[in-house]
Amino acid sequence: MYANKLARLAFGLLAESTFKWPLTRSVSSRVKAERSLCSWTVCLHHRQNNQLSNGLTRLNVRAVSQTTVDPAEVRKFQAMASKWWDLQGEFAVLHCMNDLRVPFIRDNLLNVHGVQQLGKPLAGLRILDVGCGGGVLSEPLGRLGADVLGIDPVEDSVRTAELHSSYDPDLRERVRYQACTLEELAEEEVEGFHAVVASEVVEHLADLDAFASCCQQVLKPGGSLFITTLNKTNLSYVFGIVAAEQLLRIVPSGTHDWEKFISPEDLERLLESYLLRCLNNSYCWKSLLISTWRLSEA
Amino acid sequence: MFTFAKARLAVLGTGRRCVALRAFSGALRGVASSESNEESSTSENQLFDVIISGGGMVGTAMACSLGLDPNLAGKKILLLEAGHKKEMDRVPETYSTRVSSISPGSATLLSGLGAWDHIANMRCKPYNKMQVWDACSDALITFDKENLQDEMAYIVENDVIVAALTKQLQTLSDHVKVQYRTKVVKYTWPRPYHVSESIPWVQVTLANGKTLHTKLLIGADGPNSMVRREAGIPTVKWNYDQSAVVAVLHLSEPTENNVAWQRFLPTGPIAMLPLSDTESSLVWSTSHQHAEELLQLDEESFVDAINSAFWSNENHSELVETAGSLFRTALSVLMPDSGSARQLPPSVAGIGPKSRVMFPLGMGHATEYIRHRVAIIGDAAHRVHPLAGQGANLGFGDVAYLTKVLSQAAFNGKDLGKSMQHLLEFETERQRHNLPMMAAVDLMKRLYSTNAAPVVLLRTFGLQATNALPPLKEQIMAYASK
Repeated sequence: MYANKLARLAFGLLAESTFKWPLTRSVSSRVKAERSLCSWTVCLHHRQNNQLSNGLTRLNVRAVSQTTVDPAEVRKFQAMASKWWDLQGEFAVLHCMNDLRVPFIRDNLLNVHGVQQLGKPLAGLRILDVGCGGGVLSEPLGRLGADVLGIDPVEDSVRTAELHSSYDPDLRERVRYQACTLEELAEEEVEGFHAVVASEVVEHLADLDAFASCCQQVLKPGGSLFITTLNKTNLSYVFGIVAAEQLLRIVPSGTHDWEKFISPEDLERLLESYLLRCLNNSYCWKSLLISTWRLSEA
Repeated sequence: MFTFAKARLAVLGTGRRCVALRAFSGALRGVASSESNEESSTSENQLFDVIISGGGMVGTAMACSLGLDPNLAGKKILLLEAGHKKEMDRVPETYSTRVSSISPGSATLLSGLGAWDHIANMRCKPYNKMQVWDACSDALITFDKENLQDEMAYIVENDVIVAALTKQLQTLSDHVKVQYRTKVVKYTWPRPYHVSESIPWVQVTLANGKTLHTKLLIGADGPNSMVRREAGIPTVKWNYDQSAVVAVLHLSEPTENNVAWQRFLPTGPIAMLPLSDTESSLVWSTSHQHAEELLQLDEESFVDAINSAFWSNENHSELVETAGSLFRTALSVLMPDSGSARQLPPSVAGIGPKSRVMFPLGMGHATEYIRHRVAIIGDAAHRVHPLAGQGANLGFGDVAYLTKVLSQAAFNGKDLGKSMQHLLEFETERQRHNLPMMAAVDLMKRLYSTNAAPVVLLRTFGLQATNALPPLKEQIMAYASK
């Protein structure tokens, strides 16, 4: 336990200025209502084109599949399903990151929608948390008044999340969980959400295109998509994989696959083809000596 | 230092659904965590976001402060007080004996809460200058704002402060509830990690059998805090072998009473704090035996004792006088406009009708101000000697900072009691502020508890030197005004 803490300290020391873990992006789809139908058609069309000519236009070579879920990733998270709320365990980093993610999401949503109610700034907004895991991010958003639906393909994680939020009557009303994939949900909830949050998720997916198109389906016109993920650079290999997983064991070994990382430019390009325009691109890195994260505007 | 180092999540996702929660109607059962096998019986009506235990000046101020914060709108807050409600439609003719010196920082907090207007309408006395001098030598130090026009601080009766805050609380009654005449008999602490089927909140068991649950418990229950004791927070404390005698004094003649006087006798400091043009408050800290004697004296003898304590020079010795005056000459050469003439406090003619009271003095400091889902503020966290008039001000400082921290946490969607990070921030910041102040007060008390010549010389020189350095005095005043 102390070794863990020491490791995190050392990691912070190493990672100070050079390590850019480009987190949060707020991307908003400014799709006008009257254009949405034909845009969608274009999108579909576009995506079908991409499917035929894969590997040439895109930088990441991924298996083209209709599903976003990668079975190997599901197995990995299944094994850790009970550890989500252990503040000293494998998911401790995600808890720390909440200090950054929640204000970022909250502030960007407030910019778009304004404060709904004192004490509950996000009241009246429906948010979808894709890959919610144990509800680490869903709960704070629920406490801020939003109506949150958290989905995750790993059923045990969803149960952990439900158990944890069941004690608090505030959360019980506002945060719901469902064990399903994004594609399954996208069929039911077309244009249902003011915001979709996919935090630390896209590096675990099988097919980013399918993901992006489902996101576009479930978002209301003018809705916001928040993505946080690791950058794909040499540095992120050194710090994100070698240092974090193997040397310092901040996250368990094998959590991340560098091939699945994506650079901001690629992500932006991908999402633009689904009419999701990037509004706010920020980088963040782990701060020296303390387990807090800091944000800088790109 | 308490850590959840050994806490590991015991919740398993292997098929156990969340336990059934039943809503209660009517009376509640008291449930201790060891009994909650069948169900976690949290009635939604009785789960509060914050419970404040103790409705004195600091506890009531905390309730007001949380109730008025915009980010905490909609949170359910409860204040528990063992005494009865203190209301004051009209201020009573006679002054009460317990008063506090309210610094500008605390006055700012109280005016932010809307209570300062009520206080100003009721009764408060600003003072512009403070003179502190030694009984064993001629050394003295005066504190005042530059032009003597600005107020340094205010003397307000404790009852007036509580009544003003109570009045403000009534305007917040939709989400801040208060229960008077409510005694707590037991606190049950939750485990820091999640164990299925155990209640994750703090349970407060009242004398009438009811049990309340809260996400965060704030202990503002005074120097013998039950919250602190039950939480097992180690406290550094010792008793000064001193008691304070308090009384209300009638002055011989009306005067522009805007100076606070304090003289350090070998037995302890005696202070006269202005209440009005004709009355002042006495706080005389002395040995237990002497304090009892003082209480037994008839009024005339008591008045004589007070006057002679302030005026007589019987403790002066030749050596100290000579040394003192030499040093003063030296200082006046170096810094010509420093140094102040010694003034004498107004003489006392009688005492107020309410009887004199004495209470024991001690020092106490909790090594931790926070635990999982618990925070302590005010005298429960720190207890000081009244010689510097800082006890209440430190408590109000705690209120201001803890409100700020909780407000930020709520705006970030955090669970108010669980995330130790923001509570740690409160503890660190307040300990950094409180400890130096407490150390200084304790040092002063010890320094002035003797009339041994070397110590007297030391403190004489020290006091005279400090008096000669306006920047230093300003720093001291600024620190005490926060």
